[in-house]
Amino acid sequence: MSNAAQQFLEAAGTITRNLRHRGLIQTALRKYEVARDRKKSAFNDWSAARQSAAETKWDAINHLDTYLTEFASKIEARGTKVHWCPTGPEARDTIRGIIKDAKAKCVVKSKAMTAEEIHLNEALEKDGFEVVESDLGEFIVQLRKEPPYHIVFPAMHLTRDEISDLFERELGSAPTREPEELTMIARRAMRKKYIQADVGITGANFAIAETGMVSITENEGNARLTSALPRIMVTLLGIEKILPKLEDLALFLPLLATAGSGQTVTGYNTLYGGPRQPGESDGPIEWHVVLLDNRRTELLADPEQRDALHCIRCGACLNVCPIFRNVGGHTYGTTYSGPVGSVITPHLRGLQEWKHLSNASSLCGACTEACPVKIDLHHHLLQNRRNAVGDSPSWIERLAWRAHAFAVNTPALYQFGQEVARIVEPLRLRLQGTPLDPVKSWTRTRDLPPVAPESFKEWWRNRR
Amino acid sequence: MNVTLFIPCFVDSCFPQVGMHMVRILERLGHRVTCPEAVACCGQPAFNSGYWDEARIVADKTLHHLREAEAVVIASGSCGAMLKVFYPQLYAGRPEEAVAQRLSEHTWEFSDFLVSKLGVTDLGARFPGKVTFHDGCHGLRELGIKSGPRKLLEKVRDLELIEMGDAETCCGFGGTFAAKFPMISTAMGEVKCASAADTGAEYIVSNDSSCLMHLQGLLSRQGKTLKTLHLAQILDSQ
Repeated sequence: MSNAAQQFLEAAGTITRNLRHRGLIQTALRKYEVARDRKKSAFNDWSAARQSAAETKWDAINHLDTYLTEFASKIEARGTKVHWCPTGPEARDTIRGIIKDAKAKCVVKSKAMTAEEIHLNEALEKDGFEVVESDLGEFIVQLRKEPPYHIVFPAMHLTRDEISDLFERELGSAPTREPEELTMIARRAMRKKYIQADVGITGANFAIAETGMVSITENEGNARLTSALPRIMVTLLGIEKILPKLEDLALFLPLLATAGSGQTVTGYNTLYGGPRQPGESDGPIEWHVVLLDNRRTELLADPEQRDALHCIRCGACLNVCPIFRNVGGHTYGTTYSGPVGSVITPHLRGLQEWKHLSNASSLCGACTEACPVKIDLHHHLLQNRRNAVGDSPSWIERLAWRAHAFAVNTPALYQFGQEVARIVEPLRLRLQGTPLDPVKSWTRTRDLPPVAPESFKEWWRNRR
Repeated sequence: MNVTLFIPCFVDSCFPQVGMHMVRILERLGHRVTCPEAVACCGQPAFNSGYWDEARIVADKTLHHLREAEAVVIASGSCGAMLKVFYPQLYAGRPEEAVAQRLSEHTWEFSDFLVSKLGVTDLGARFPGKVTFHDGCHGLRELGIKSGPRKLLEKVRDLELIEMGDAETCCGFGGTFAAKFPMISTAMGEVKCASAADTGAEYIVSNDSSCLMHLQGLLSRQGKTLKTLHLAQILDSQ
């Protein structure tokens, strides 16, 4: 078992017993479902919207080479510098280089899961730069020195009281239970940083090939300040963020907001087309767009699972996933958690190390049903399982499945098995609750039904 | 019609009454029921564990015995999904692909067979009690079974159906998942049972014995009065 699998099992064992966590997450995500369903009903036809979005992303991903070069040439024409980074370390070094060249001290950042993916903050802090997260949720988890709990709601695992305590401890503010006051405390701390910062780093929601623009969606206005105030702007995005046409946003912005947070559209939707142009009075002087591959092209090379690159990181699959709802975001130990994380992490970080996430699923399919771009998520989990066995089968498991096949295919042996189970049932019951119980992983929390005195097939035979 | 009833291994061993009720219901409706004794398992456990070669050893036999059946009725949405949805994938590009495709088209989960194939909803059943229905995930999302079981329950005299908030949420069984990740499986089951209990129902009813085995196991262990019942058991009550 890999280290990651061991950690997952341990973390899951602890958190599933935490009833406070269970209640908090179930309540929050049930509220999300109500809001989402209300907004879904505002679409003329939600399933047609999903189909259309899936087809647009299919086009974008299957012609990624064309669209990416179109995007880059259009955005460079207005003075933006585009950096093509095959790996995480290269993207990190590129951004470190930009910041060093700018002789910057303070960096302000808006929410970007790609930055989490390449561990950008740690690298910059090691270089001695101060990095301030400006998204409220990210700001909170940064103060707690922990990764985001959820790709859209980074601090959803915390209550107002916990946030108030944190602010009191870290920022010296007075305790409060009012969300507005908590927001103001964070805002006062952040505003100073916006003014001081020399470099602003953002992520991106969409990259428009047709016009060479980046679309950023947010609810707090912090990404606008991050991009507008510092003299240098850096935007880090995965190459899968491409949309072919500007008009695609007419579907994708409400689709993302509805699926992601149960909103009609997100509070602030901004399109960035270039740095400050001659004659303009504000905006960044330099804009660097960092395009990150980091093994996305390996996923692109897999025709069976290529559609996982359709992902718009809305978090809908996390929100409906009963596994996520019970183990929470941190248990996964990955940048991208929930179903989509379980699908793509083995591709991005190694199948054998991360295959356990594909096994940690009941394959219920709620994720696939919720995905606004129709990624076949739960079937990809099945394919990951098959691929993991194909690459590196466990001979013990293989032998066990062969034995199982032989037993169920041989009626006499199958019946003999039933008879043995009946005979050993009293002994098994005596062993229940002890380490010798052969089925303890079931019986630790659940009763096991005994083999019936007369099986269906015995009844059928006798009846005739 | 000649109906070939497929009773999966765990129903055969632990819940034989579910199969017996199905036989009685189908015969009452005038169908000739057969039950090939050689078929015990659909191969899903190995398939879901990633061992597709081993799953095919089991599926080959099922395919062989059911290849010419007029209608295969299966006593589980999950095993039904294996035959209807996953066999064609398991045999894609192989000589048996056409046979697997034919079997897929001739296979129905029990409640789906009654409602979609036979167009029957009223079986003349009577069951005094409050029930809530749990949608098994494979039946719901792989086979698209949602309204059928409810149409059947609505026609049962003296039965009150109360929908729970989490009807479509997975119960946490998930086959080998329940044994490999028992802590997550258990937490999911507890969420499900709490949602069912909130309705005030006396019974959780489903068309999948595997979900019910998991839920009943939890309820019994925790000493809850809420019980589980298979849909066929209610439909055969007088």
